[in-house]
Amino acid sequence: MSVVDVSDQESWFHKNQQRIAPWLFLAPGLLFFMVYVIIPVFQSFNLSLYEWDGLGAAEYVGFRNYEDLYWEWVDRDAFYTSLKNNLIWLLLYLAAIPAGLFIALFLNQTVWGIRLYKSLFFFPFVISQVVVGLVFTWFYDPTFGLLNEFLSLFGLGPLNVLGDERFVTYGIIFAGLWPQTAYCMILYLTGLNAVDPEQIEAGRLDGAKGFRMLWHIILPQLRPATFIAFVVTIIGALRSFDLISIMTQGGPFGSSRVLAYYMFEVALSEYGFRMGYGAAIAVVLFLIMLCFIAYFLWSMYREERGH
Amino acid sequence: MFPKPIEKQPRAAQITYQAMLPLALLLWLGPLLAVALFSVKPAADFTNANYWGMPSSFEGAFNYGQVFFNSDMPRYLLNSFMITIPTVIGAVALSCMTGFALGIYKFKSNLWIFFMFVAGNFVPFQILMVPVRDLTLQLGLYNTKTGLVLFHIAFQTGFCTLFMRNFIRALPFELIEAARVEGISEWRIFWYVVLPLMKPAIAALSVLIFTFIWNDYFWAVVLTQGAESQPVTAGITSFNAQFRAAYQLMSAGSIVAALPPVAMFFLMQKHFIAGLTLGAVK
Repeated sequence: MSVVDVSDQESWFHKNQQRIAPWLFLAPGLLFFMVYVIIPVFQSFNLSLYEWDGLGAAEYVGFRNYEDLYWEWVDRDAFYTSLKNNLIWLLLYLAAIPAGLFIALFLNQTVWGIRLYKSLFFFPFVISQVVVGLVFTWFYDPTFGLLNEFLSLFGLGPLNVLGDERFVTYGIIFAGLWPQTAYCMILYLTGLNAVDPEQIEAGRLDGAKGFRMLWHIILPQLRPATFIAFVVTIIGALRSFDLISIMTQGGPFGSSRVLAYYMFEVALSEYGFRMGYGAAIAVVLFLIMLCFIAYFLWSMYREERGH
Repeated sequence: MFPKPIEKQPRAAQITYQAMLPLALLLWLGPLLAVALFSVKPAADFTNANYWGMPSSFEGAFNYGQVFFNSDMPRYLLNSFMITIPTVIGAVALSCMTGFALGIYKFKSNLWIFFMFVAGNFVPFQILMVPVRDLTLQLGLYNTKTGLVLFHIAFQTGFCTLFMRNFIRALPFELIEAARVEGISEWRIFWYVVLPLMKPAIAALSVLIFTFIWNDYFWAVVLTQGAESQPVTAGITSFNAQFRAAYQLMSAGSIVAALPPVAMFFLMQKHFIAGLTLGAVK
């Protein structure tokens, strides 16, 4: 009897193999992803309605955490500063895209040794942001930093970029633009490789050159590269944490905080373990990101339908 | 080719270009070269405010020796390797399977599951922070390398699935159909037909994930604490606290910490770039 059973099972499996197989292949990856990524997103949403110090019992407080955030916004307090800085990050970080395109155009030649130049220009992206942060902290140092050495040539300075509330966020963004530009550059270099030479020739015959050629013939063909550059730059801007943590720890007087850093500070640093409040900040950051995620997915969806 | 090849332009333009290349590079890597210069200087240069002049003596061997033999740095480096390598293997293995499932089979929820992986890959870390830290604590894995590895594998699976699925989509589907007609089981199709064709994608993802994980700082801070489990990105801050104001040692330490992904990039450049463009730009 048991022999028959097994062969029955096998033939059932065999018949339905193509329906079952994808789920078997998906199972381990999906399980991991659910447990560590998808479910925690919902847990954070839930947690943002509680007050919890990470150890004792959590107390349900409804939307009070969000009310507190609202009052911080009204009072131009930490939450306001963080949100404002996030916006500055988002806008200025986009400069990495044209800057990357510019360097890519500069390097898109075939002279001797150009491959090595391209790799070396890409260098900053491979280095950890922790090291980038350290490098730029010294670059801005008021006593010996290269920036002030440079300024003093013109009789200017000294300028304490990271110690001045007016400049600090811009200083950190500038440091972040260094690796991000390198990333965009490599995207465009790869894209430029695939530009159709016949269209360029046709454009030349029509008398297009320089900027007109770039705008009307090259850029449309670089659209996939631009899209990815846009995606990674937006994500990078909203994820900014490492540089702030290394360069200023949110200072001076919390003026360089962004939501990502402020959340960490509230939930896990010496200012106390306010997990629920931190979760509420994270939810706000998530909702901002969600606008972009929805847009990316929508673009991908259209692409999929197109096929 | 755009811009116009420099060889076809006047001699003067060519010379200008050739001269500008190294200058631009010097400017671009300036801050990094400064750190490299710092790392071979003697401590006396900093007390004498000789920051940017030639080193009064070449102390590279001594400084790097200090980093390797007189600090926790080797421990941190080892931790980084012990976190990074299992993560690469785990994430690539899982995503080969998920990518295969989503790239080959047609079923109703296919696109939704795919989009879930993509969306999850983009969420801010902070929204995962408290629950993941809590889960890691409950599993008894807080402040262990395993705890960090498990999370990294799970999170990177999102990006890797995106990459693998698109790569498999571009493979000739007739190959799989032919195998099915022969009556080969799905598992064998995966193992003997598709997997060998995925080698370039596996290589690209491996170098990319290696760099991402090596450079991770946030999760290292959230999930680990001491020298016994912290990777080098988190370790460097305690290293710097230990050698406060010893700029030559901090520089040497930073360079050592940054080197492995740089080496990886130079060795596997082609794969690395293929990975970065998410396979969308050829």
